[in-house]
Parts: sequence; structure tokens; C-alpha cells
Amino acid sequence: MTDALLAGELPLPQRPDYLRHGSTIRSWLATTDHKRIAILYAVTITIFFFMGGAAITAVRLELFQPNGWLLTSDTYNKLFSFHGIIMVWFFLVPSIPNTFGNFLLPLMIGAPDVAFPRLNLFSWYLTIAAGAFTVYALVAGGVDTGWTFYTPYSSMFSNTHVFAAAAGVFVVGFASIATGVNFIATTHMLRAPGMTWFRLPLFVWAIYATSLIMVLATPVLAISLLLVIAERVFGLPIFDPARGGDPILFQHLFWFYSHPAVYIMVLPAMGVVSEIIPCFARRRIFGYDFMVYAMLAIAGIGFFVWGHHMFVSGQSPLASLVFSFLSFIIAVPSAIKVFNWTASLYRGQISFDSPMLYALGFVGLFTTGGLSGLFLASIPVDIHVTDTYFVVAHFHYIMVGGSVSAFFAGLHFWWPKVTGRLYPESWAKFAAILMYAGFNMTFLPQFFAGYLGMPRRYHTYPAEFQIYNVMSSAGAAVLALAYLLPLGYLTWSLFYGGKAARNPWGATGLEWTTSSPPPPKNFDRQPRVDRAPYDYHAEGMSAGTDPPEMQNARETR
Amino acid sequence: MNSLFRLPEASTHAVTVDHIFYLLLALSGATVVLVFGLILLFAVRYRRGSKAKRGLMPEILSREFEIGWTLATLLTFIFLFWWASSADLSSLDAPPHALEIHVVAKQWMWKTQHTNGAREINALHVPLNRPVHLLMSSQDVIHSFFVPAFRVKQDVVPGRDTDIWFQASKSGTFPLLCAEYCGTNHSMMRGKIVVMRQDDYARWLTQQPEGDDLAHEGAKLFVSQGCAGCHAASSNVHAPRLAGLYGRTVQLADGRTVSADDAYIRDSILQPKRDVVAGFEPIMPSFKGLLDDGEIQSLTAYIRSLREEQQND
Ligand code: HEM
Ligand SMILES: [Cu+2]
Repeated sequence: MTDALLAGELPLPQRPDYLRHGSTIRSWLATTDHKRIAILYAVTITIFFFMGGAAITAVRLELFQPNGWLLTSDTYNKLFSFHGIIMVWFFLVPSIPNTFGNFLLPLMIGAPDVAFPRLNLFSWYLTIAAGAFTVYALVAGGVDTGWTFYTPYSSMFSNTHVFAAAAGVFVVGFASIATGVNFIATTHMLRAPGMTWFRLPLFVWAIYATSLIMVLATPVLAISLLLVIAERVFGLPIFDPARGGDPILFQHLFWFYSHPAVYIMVLPAMGVVSEIIPCFARRRIFGYDFMVYAMLAIAGIGFFVWGHHMFVSGQSPLASLVFSFLSFIIAVPSAIKVFNWTASLYRGQISFDSPMLYALGFVGLFTTGGLSGLFLASIPVDIHVTDTYFVVAHFHYIMVGGSVSAFFAGLHFWWPKVTGRLYPESWAKFAAILMYAGFNMTFLPQFFAGYLGMPRRYHTYPAEFQIYNVMSSAGAAVLALAYLLPLGYLTWSLFYGGKAARNPWGATGLEWTTSSPPPPKNFDRQPRVDRAPYDYHAEGMSAGTDPPEMQNARETR
Repeated sequence: MNSLFRLPEASTHAVTVDHIFYLLLALSGATVVLVFGLILLFAVRYRRGSKAKRGLMPEILSREFEIGWTLATLLTFIFLFWWASSADLSSLDAPPHALEIHVVAKQWMWKTQHTNGAREINALHVPLNRPVHLLMSSQDVIHSFFVPAFRVKQDVVPGRDTDIWFQASKSGTFPLLCAEYCGTNHSMMRGKIVVMRQDDYARWLTQQPEGDDLAHEGAKLFVSQGCAGCHAASSNVHAPRLAGLYGRTVQLADGRTVSADDAYIRDSILQPKRDVVAGFEPIMPSFKGLLDDGEIQSLTAYIRSLREEQQND
């Protein structure tokens, strides 16, 4: 191959890639190409991410002062509720699966598209419709239940737009189920010849395990929200104790979905990182099969730990014990994964390009978040710190430190493949480091505030917590900057970035064997697979130097 | 607040919780040092182009590592579970002679009532070194009774009674917070716990305006709400007598048995058709909407006091 070819500058009359294959609005809005749908999702969730971010910026500003100086209590409550609802259902749940999953799953298994391309497009429209409901709820006056919608507050007491918000989440649930079904079918049916289950990249396994959770757990969320609506709108006695209902029932139903949902947010992140670390360490991932079993175990056990959110709810002590035990057990596969990522570095040829920095950031933050999870699994300690800022810190370490870092890792890793462009690497490295620093500045103080007894969802707070809140708000400013930077340089790269080669990182995996950006049907010839994934020890890969493609990419910058 | 990093340990329970907390902290710290340390070490030693030795690790060796650290984490976690849970189990039930105090939560205040009837709002005075047992209910949404200095927290749920107990071990004033989001002024639902030496507490209690004590209040309600019409010994209606009922096992008409505790009494008042006592007709009307949580607590206290009379006989 010549360099020109590698750099994607084909001299011959060019076959259009998926981006240039039709440029009308209609060709985008009616597309069934999984890659274009991935782009639609990417744009959508980016908008949601910054909406959720704007809401929390106001919250963090307010918390500079203990006594409320900017917002009324009502507005404050609506803002953190909006932040939570948007971030969970409109950013975190769809983030990696619907963007990278959509884009990469067919490419990684050597398929021309997903199993049900139209269903794929339909679920994007569902997401848009759902987003419209939720944003309507905000514009019409907001919702103040928190993202958890606890009854009987949400079903009988709140005077805000609970119906519209719950309807939004209900509808986006269907998008989630449709995507899950689609991915499961795709993985089962469309693998290229030779792509056996144990030759699947770990990212595919992660998306597969995530899809199982989406399909099995999301209906329960839908049902619990329907019940809230039924009580609120039609007055059916479901959660109202005065009429024989049970207020705790909602919590069981809600967490039966929402605990597994945490793994919907983090398993795909684990998948992304498992692609990146071997590539930049030039090594096979340590213990591939353990990594697979660990993900399946997480997906399975994830269904049986919901009660650890309810140690103070008044559930039976026996139930608490069982849930506590299972929560410790489910931490084992997560620990295995951290050890294996670490061990994958051993005897590697490690380079620290920006995707790797983000990925290592993920490992660090996920480890910290995971360890704080052990505190929450221990009943007496959980009783003290639950519903405090300790929990806010914990879930941000997992969901934001973990999933969002991995999202950025993947974004930088596959950006050349998706767009055919290279971005300015030094900016990217700077943003990665800033993000790590800003994140810890924001959320580390919250562990202290929480242990010392600052409850979450507090608009005003005892003055002794002010120092922690000021530190946290200052950190959030740094973090916000770190999130805005990529928006800048990635957009810049779309217009001015160097052209990317087929395989700029010298990575293994089928997605790197097609052009960047790929053609509409992904591959010119049906790929065949004859080796295990992460074959970085093959000839030419483990020597002390970069493979030829890699040098090429570095020079282009 | 004593210092920036330490929360007062003002109950016996706080000491236990902090022990577990510190152990977890030490273990987490060790893990962080280990994992971050290895990552840094590998990052430096095996950076691209360094002279370190490369090459594959023997397959068999990696298998042993894998099994080794899986088992090690599993055992550590089982130990942690066992330790934390046994601390939890040992503090589950309030000691039998704990001081009983009633708490009603509503948007957005804490109402507390002492056995002699003295009431407080957003405050609770308790004696030092004596177990205190709180019986709690909510009038509207779910709240959560949280005293950081005691390391205790318990949701207060409408329609059911929850309870919690503690033994204060330091005198002083400590914040009481609502920890379960309960609407607009959730963050303003704060109060204080005042821990006093036992003799000070006794003196304080006698100085409070003589509210009726709960059981007496309940006795009045028992008559004014018409309970006595059926349940009094002199009544002609065929209804169960309530003396000595509290704490006993009751045989129900459908063959089940239940223990007559607070929840059972509450249910019998609000949903009398649910648990009909064997040998009686389901004729009792529901008092739902007619009695509020405070009144139900008073009636329960009255019925409980009937047990004590029985025992004294
Ligand atoms: C600069 C970044 C962020 C800051 C400063 C921030 C801050 C906060 C704060 C202070 C709360 C607690 C509100 C309260 O309990 O009163 C909160 C809640 C929450 N945050 Fe964030 N957050 C950030 C980013 C994110 C991101 C990126 C996500 C998800 C992708 C996220 C998801 C959530 C969720 C689910 C809640 C719970 C909402 C609730 O309590 O109802 N946050 N955040
Ligand atoms: Cu409250």
C-alpha cells in the first residue's frame, strides 16, 4: 500500500464514504445506515449533555453560599431534577451504546449493518420524541421530584409537571428496548465467517451484555412510571397508604430497573477501555475469557442487588442482609476487571496518546468509585452515608468519572475512523489531564461533606459545609472547561484536521481494516476472521517501533 | 463541628460504625496505592521505547494470577460483609427498657412527643447514656430522620411505623436533618437533638407544659371516637376486648396468626376488614380519614398501657 492510499487520499475516482453518500437533510433523517444513525445520536446526546450541564452549573453556583442567594427552593429542586433526568436517561444510558455501539458493532463483527436498520432509525425518533416531552416539562414549569420519582411525593404531592417528565422517560425506555433487541439480534446473526464468540472484541461483548439488561430491565421502569401516572392522573390507589397502597413498592420497582441501569451505563465504558488499553500497550488484553465472564456476571448479578438502595427504607433486616451480601459479590467481577486492565500494561510498549490518557483516567476514577461502593454495601456505614453527598460523589465517580471518561476515550480513539480526520493531539492530551484534575476537585470534597452529614438535594445547608461546597464548585468550573475544550478542537478538526489513515493507531480489529470514513456498506469484501482479538503480538507489532501506519499517522499531525 | 475532618461520635453506635468505616478506608487506601502504584510503575517501566524486557507471560502463570486475585478479593469481601453485618444485627432491636419517644414527620417539620406528653417541634431533648427508642410515622411523604453525630438514619414512611434507637454518649447539641427528599423545603426540615445529663433531662421534662401523656390522650380518644362503644367491657356489641392484647399472638378468622404490634393495631383501625379476629364478625368501620397519625399513636399508646395494667394485676 502506498502512503497516499493509507492516508485515505485515493487517486482514483472515489467511491463515496458514508458521510458523503448523499448530503440532503432527507438523506440523513431517513437513513438506515447504522453509522449515520450513530451520528444522529451523537449530535442529540451532545445537546442533552450540555443542557444537563447548564442546569447543574446553576446548582453549583447556588451552593457557593449556605443560605440560598440565587435561586428559590422550587427552582433549585427543578434544576437538580432536570439535571438528573437528562443526564441519566438522555445522556448516560444512550451515550456509548447508541453512538459507538451503533457505529462499531457491525464494523467489529464484519457486518454491513445492524439486523433491523429501520428499527434502529425508529428508536432515534423515539429518543427525540421523549426528549421533547422532557424538555417540555422543563419549559412548561419544570418537575421537582428528582430523577428517582419517589412516591407518594411524585404521585400525590408534587405540583409540577411530573406527567410530562415521566412520559418522556417512559418513551425513551422503548428506544432503549428497541436498541437492545437490535444489538442482540445483530450479534447473534451477522457475525462474519470465522468470528466465533470467543473471537469477539470485548467491546462487542460489553454491548451484548448491556443489551440483555436493557431488554430485561427497562420494562420494569416503564411499569413503575405507568403506575405513578395512574395514581397521579386517574387517582388509582397504588402507593397511597391511606387507601391500602404501599409507598415502598415504587422503590422496589424503580431500583429493580435502576440498579441494573447503572451497569447499562458502565459496561459499555468497560468495553471501550478494553479496546484502548491493549492498543496503546501493544499487548493482548490480560485474561480475555475472565473479562468476558466478568461482564456477563455483572449483567446477571446486577439484577439482584437493588435492595442496597433501601437499607433505611424500613425493608426487612433479612432482605438487607441478602442485598448487602450480593452487593459485595458483584464487586468481585469489577475488581477482576481493574486488575486485568492493570496487568495488561505489564511488559507492554505503552504510549500515551490521548485515548490512552482518557482510558487510564477511567481506570483510576472507576477504581475510586468502586471502592466507595464497598462503603455503601456495608449496612451500618451505608445507613450513615446514604442520601448524603457521599452518594453523590460515589455515583459521579462511577457514572461521570467512569462512563463519561470512557466516552471521551472512545471519542478520541475512533474519531479518525468516524470522521476521517485527525485532531490536534496536544490539545486532546491537555483536555484529558484537565478533565481528570477537574473531576477530582469537584467530587472528592463531596465524600467528606457526605461523611460529615451533608444530605443530598439540599438547597440550603449548615454553614460548616460551605468550605467543601466552594471547593466543589470551583472544581466544577475547571471540569466544565475540560468538557468544552473537545467541543472546540474536535469541531476544528472536522474542517482543518489532517486526513486520517485507515488504521492510524495500528490497532487490531475489523473496523480498522476498512477505509476512514467507511463506505456505506462498511466493507468492500466480506471479511473473514482467523485469529483471536488483540493480536498485538503478531509480527511487526511487538517490536520497539511503531507499525508503519502508526508512524504515518503521527507524521500527519 | 469540631474539626474539618471529624464528626463527633456522640452515640455508642457511632463508635461501631466508625470502626467499620476506618477499616474500609484503610483497605481502600491500600487498594488505591496498589493499583495506582502498579499503573504508574508499568507506565514508566514499559513506556514505548524503554529498554525493559518484553515478551509473553507463560499462559499458565497468568491463569494462576487470575484465580489468585479473584479468590483473594472474594474472601476479603466476604469478611467485610460478615463484619459489617454482624455489627448491624447486634444493634437491630431496641433494648426493652429504652425510653420511648414518638416522632411525627410532615412537610416540613419534625414533631416529637415524650411519654409524659411534652411536645417539641424541630427539637428533641434526650438523656445521656440511656437507650432511646423512637417510634416514627409520617403524615404526608417519605422523610428520613438523620442524626449524623449518632450515625443513625431511618426513613419515616406514611402509612407505616418505622423505628430506630440510639444511646447518646456525649452531651451537647447535634443537628437533626431530613435526608429523604420531601419537596420544596426539604433542606429547611432541620432541627436539633439536645443530649442532657439524666438529672437535667428529668428536670427539663418536668418543666415542660403538662401535655396529656400519650396514653391518657389515647384513652380520651378511645371514648370520643366511639371505640369504647364496641370494645369496652360493658358493651353489648360482640367485639374483642383490648386489655392485654398488645404483644400477644392473635388468631385470625382465615386461619393466619399475627402478632399484635403497632403495625397490627394501626391496620386494625384503618383497614379493619383485612385482619379479622377469629370468632368475630367484620363489622368494625374504618377510621381512615378520621384519625391522623398523632391520634393513632395515642390510641396505640393507650392500648399498650392496657397491657401493662394487665401485667400488674
Ligand atoms: C460538571 C459536572 C457536574 C457537576 C458539577 C454535577 C453536580 C451535581 C450535583 C451537585 C448533584 C446533586 C444535586 C443535589 O443532590 O442537590 C448532581 C446530581 C446528579 N448528577 Fe451531576 N454533576 C455533574 C455532571 C454530571 C454528569 C455528566 C452526569 C451524568 C452524565 C450527572 C448525573 C447526575 C445525576 C443522575 C444526579 C442525581 C440527580 C438527583 O439527585 O435527582 N452529573 N450532580
Ligand atoms: Cu423531609
